[in-house]
Amino acid sequence: MKDFIIPDRDMGTPAVKSDVTVNLLVDGIPVSVPAGTSVMRAAAVAGISVPKLCATDHVSAFGSCRLCVVQIDGMRGLPASCTTPVAEGMVVHTQTDEVAQVRKGVMELYISDHPLDCLTCAANGDCELQDMAGAVGLREVRYEPGKNHFARRDAEGPNPEYRPKDQSNPYFTFDPAKCIVCSRCVRACEEVQGTFALTIEGRGFDSRVSAGLASDDFLSSDCVSCGACVQVCPTATLIENSVIQIGTPEHIVKTTCAYCGVGCSFDAHMRGEEVVRMVPSKDGKANHGHSCVKGRFAWGYATHRERQTQPMVRERITDPWRVVSWDEALDFAATRLRQAQADFGRDSIGVITSSRCTNEETYLVQKLARAVFHNNNTDTCARVCHSPTGYGLKTTFGTSAGTHDFDSVDDTDLALVIGANPTDGHPVFASRLRKRLREGAGLIVLDPREIDLLKSPHMGEGLHLPLRPGTNVAMLTAMAQVIVAEKLYDEAFIRERCDWDEFLAYAEFLMDPRHAPEEVEKLARVPAELIRKAARAYAAAPRASIYYGLGVTEHSQGSTTVMAIANLAMMTGNIGRPGTGVNPLRGQNNVQGSCDMGSFPHEYPGYRHVSDPETRAIYERIWGVELSPEPGLRIPNMFDEALAGRFRGLYCQGEDIVQSDPDTRHVTSALSAMDIVIVQDLFLNETANYAHVFLPGSSFLEKNGTFTNAERRINMVRRAMTPKNGYEDWEVTQLLANRMGAAWTYVHPREIMAEIALTTPSFSGVSYDLLEREGSVQWPCNDKAPLGTPLMHIDGFVRGRGKFVHTEYVATEERTGARFPLLLTTGRILSQYNVGAQTRRTENVVWHPEDILEIHPSDAENRGVREGDWVRLASRSGDTTLRAHITERVAPGVVYTTFHHPTTQANVVTTDNSDWATNCPEFKVTAVQVSPSNGPSDWQEEYRHHSDLARRILPTAAE
Amino acid sequence: MSHDHSKLIRMATQMAQFFTSQPDRPAPEAVAAHINESWSPRMRQDFVDQIRAGAEADPIVREAAAFVRLPAA
Ligand code: SF4
Ligand code: SF4
Ligand code: SF4
Ligand code: FES
Repeated sequence: MKDFIIPDRDMGTPAVKSDVTVNLLVDGIPVSVPAGTSVMRAAAVAGISVPKLCATDHVSAFGSCRLCVVQIDGMRGLPASCTTPVAEGMVVHTQTDEVAQVRKGVMELYISDHPLDCLTCAANGDCELQDMAGAVGLREVRYEPGKNHFARRDAEGPNPEYRPKDQSNPYFTFDPAKCIVCSRCVRACEEVQGTFALTIEGRGFDSRVSAGLASDDFLSSDCVSCGACVQVCPTATLIENSVIQIGTPEHIVKTTCAYCGVGCSFDAHMRGEEVVRMVPSKDGKANHGHSCVKGRFAWGYATHRERQTQPMVRERITDPWRVVSWDEALDFAATRLRQAQADFGRDSIGVITSSRCTNEETYLVQKLARAVFHNNNTDTCARVCHSPTGYGLKTTFGTSAGTHDFDSVDDTDLALVIGANPTDGHPVFASRLRKRLREGAGLIVLDPREIDLLKSPHMGEGLHLPLRPGTNVAMLTAMAQVIVAEKLYDEAFIRERCDWDEFLAYAEFLMDPRHAPEEVEKLARVPAELIRKAARAYAAAPRASIYYGLGVTEHSQGSTTVMAIANLAMMTGNIGRPGTGVNPLRGQNNVQGSCDMGSFPHEYPGYRHVSDPETRAIYERIWGVELSPEPGLRIPNMFDEALAGRFRGLYCQGEDIVQSDPDTRHVTSALSAMDIVIVQDLFLNETANYAHVFLPGSSFLEKNGTFTNAERRINMVRRAMTPKNGYEDWEVTQLLANRMGAAWTYVHPREIMAEIALTTPSFSGVSYDLLEREGSVQWPCNDKAPLGTPLMHIDGFVRGRGKFVHTEYVATEERTGARFPLLLTTGRILSQYNVGAQTRRTENVVWHPEDILEIHPSDAENRGVREGDWVRLASRSGDTTLRAHITERVAPGVVYTTFHHPTTQANVVTTDNSDWATNCPEFKVTAVQVSPSNGPSDWQEEYRHHSDLARRILPTAAE
Repeated sequence: MSHDHSKLIRMATQMAQFFTSQPDRPAPEAVAAHINESWSPRMRQDFVDQIRAGAEADPIVREAAAFVRLPAA
């Protein structure tokens, strides 16, 4: 796959959409482009690159450098081609004597204020200034050395214009000496990222790029380290530290980010088997050339010194690890699994698939449970995040997936964001939404916390409904009441697409006074008028979209909330058109895929129930074994069964359940009760502390496969380097299966995808050939939709008619009282990812060295807690300690923290409450108490002790 | 030892709280259908045993037990 290089030409200015086509002649070549296109882009379409410095197709044209001048018949002077729009019949000459002369003059001026150390410059060979000097034929610089920005000293002493490098950001360097003040970086930060961290200070010769205030450096400014400015910088001024260290890349491997559910496409710029830099692909359909700090920069974990590359085993979890051969480890694992089944029955073992691994890997792990263990004990960590999405959307619409693609956000007039924090959780989506907000789209946020999206620069009005954690259903039902009471619903849509009588029944349910905004105000503590305002705004917008996250699903009424959301969208006709829809923002990169691939204990790939005889027959035929028609165990059920002594063995691929699942003590005692726990991961994660076999895993840079993002888009993951552990993860699963008697013979993931396509109707058109050709496709992809389905439910719902499910609010059992008077809710932040196993092993720790508890000033004062104090956070499940941050972002009575660090273990305090339909844990509501503390809790001490013991590795004999 | 008593009944009670407000079919049947669809045979057996043994439970949950499919003995 090495030579997979797509020429990624910079067209100079962004593409323009228009129904009108304009025809012109560029250097005698006829071209047709949409009206509004720049002359520069039209020339590029004709295959002609007009010299340029300040223009790039990532950002709108600015017209400051004047290198791109051209001659246009009938126009006076030499217009800049990047800022001049095309006109019908225009005749353009990109090279005339006059043009050439102006360009040389411009270049000469630039070069006179630029150091000439090209040979040792980090951008050597990859510098647009260099290229342009060549392009315009610059051969001499006639200026005498004089006032400049780059020399440290001149004859008289230190140069007052000189500024030292800014190396505060761990991933890139800013060297003002090389800056040509083209302002591309400033525009990228504004237009692409939406952060507005950079400015140009001063004017003329004195103008400079500055991050924030004069006193700020990149790290202390608002910069979120997305790297958009680095990507567009034409010189070595903003450049990746990895390029400074290694040099320029020599080939590109196209792949997909392994962090979040946006699923950004990346070009891995390689030198040999070493990554030089990751650059988001311009042709990536989810991200269009943008990325966040995690995907672009935080890949160093793959070579972190703590990465384990050898298999290990041990008798007991308190023994030190013994490094062994693959043969020995696999034999050990297989024998113990079979032994458990012999002693405790077929159903006594199971698997956990990973939302971080590929579709093909997940498919094999669930196949291992179904076809080799002969039970359906397979589950995935999606259980703990988006299982209610699956249940809720399947019940109302008929498919377990979001309805729209990310591009749809460009058409939305109003976004209703519920229980999600996109700027931190789904940064590239947030950048796209912010762009739309700057263009005037409305925003409503339902979240206990004031999220950053509400503070987007240059947006219009945003409504924030800071509801009490646990009251989502009440809130959404009240909004629905307002829409029905004020007749704001879309009757035509409901009559055509849903069941009118069913709607009437729901309307009657809604009109009960208990669903009135005034009643809900008492529960949710949001003023009734604000609820009405939000409902009206949502119903009034011509195209309104809903985006939601874990703040919706991780509740005892998670599934009901998802259905309440679906009801709102249906009654207002906000389904099936661009700019509308119901879209879950998935946490991990392949949450969607792992659910699609049959990870759940009751569903085969494609969400077909295990009791369905036809589906079973398909797999029995292909797999050649008899299959169980009974649902298997979900993760929490596995733990309960383990404590009951009936569940004895677990194969856990690429997940860290000890850290990610609620009620940590319950999890660790369940794991401790098992005879065989097999962990497959890059690192000795927290779960490995309770494992008997460790199988080293491979990173996404070391494997082939596919990930499916939150918009159902199947993206290719390509191997850029040899797996350090020797095998791609699917190969390890195959080895284990074969030890247990399977005779699998896959030699490449494409064969696994072929089997998926053969057995799953919604995937029947998917193949690696198609993916290579199209770049990506969105399922359903089959005979009816050979190139996939960007928008679902266009002419009708998958289930036929959309279903209105009644949404009664039921208070969670997790209530505050005298002992635990505060409500804890949890979330994540931008620079860290989920349990942090990867991001903690990168420089990203500079932004988030520890988990912090956010608490309202009045709650802090009542408890004598000051900023930065250590506090004890206790619930009925357990307690932990961490440091407090006092802020009004959380309402009084609510506290908030993240769960990225194992030493905090916020999940020690979360409880075993869960969603009624899916057992998705209620992470978002825990009754707690906070008090000043002076040290780690007993649990933290105890855990550290076991962890130190369990992480020991015996020196190998050879050493 | 069997699956934690209180937990299974608690989960069934949560289902009952949802289905009791649905118009399309009687709540006990709906609860049982959801249990049949998503619980393993052993969990179902434990649940029914607990109800039969007189465990305290919501009337809907109690009635639902009659519709829960048990594994062939
Ligand atoms: S830092 Fe780079 S992109 Fe920004 S103005 Fe300077 S040269 Fe241009
Ligand atoms: S890294 Fe991103 S946020 Fe930071 S200055 Fe550059 S564009 Fe702006
Ligand atoms: S973490 Fe998400 S937003 Fe960031 S680069 Fe990766 S896929 Fe894109
Ligand atoms: S590229 Fe057009 S003015 Fe700079």
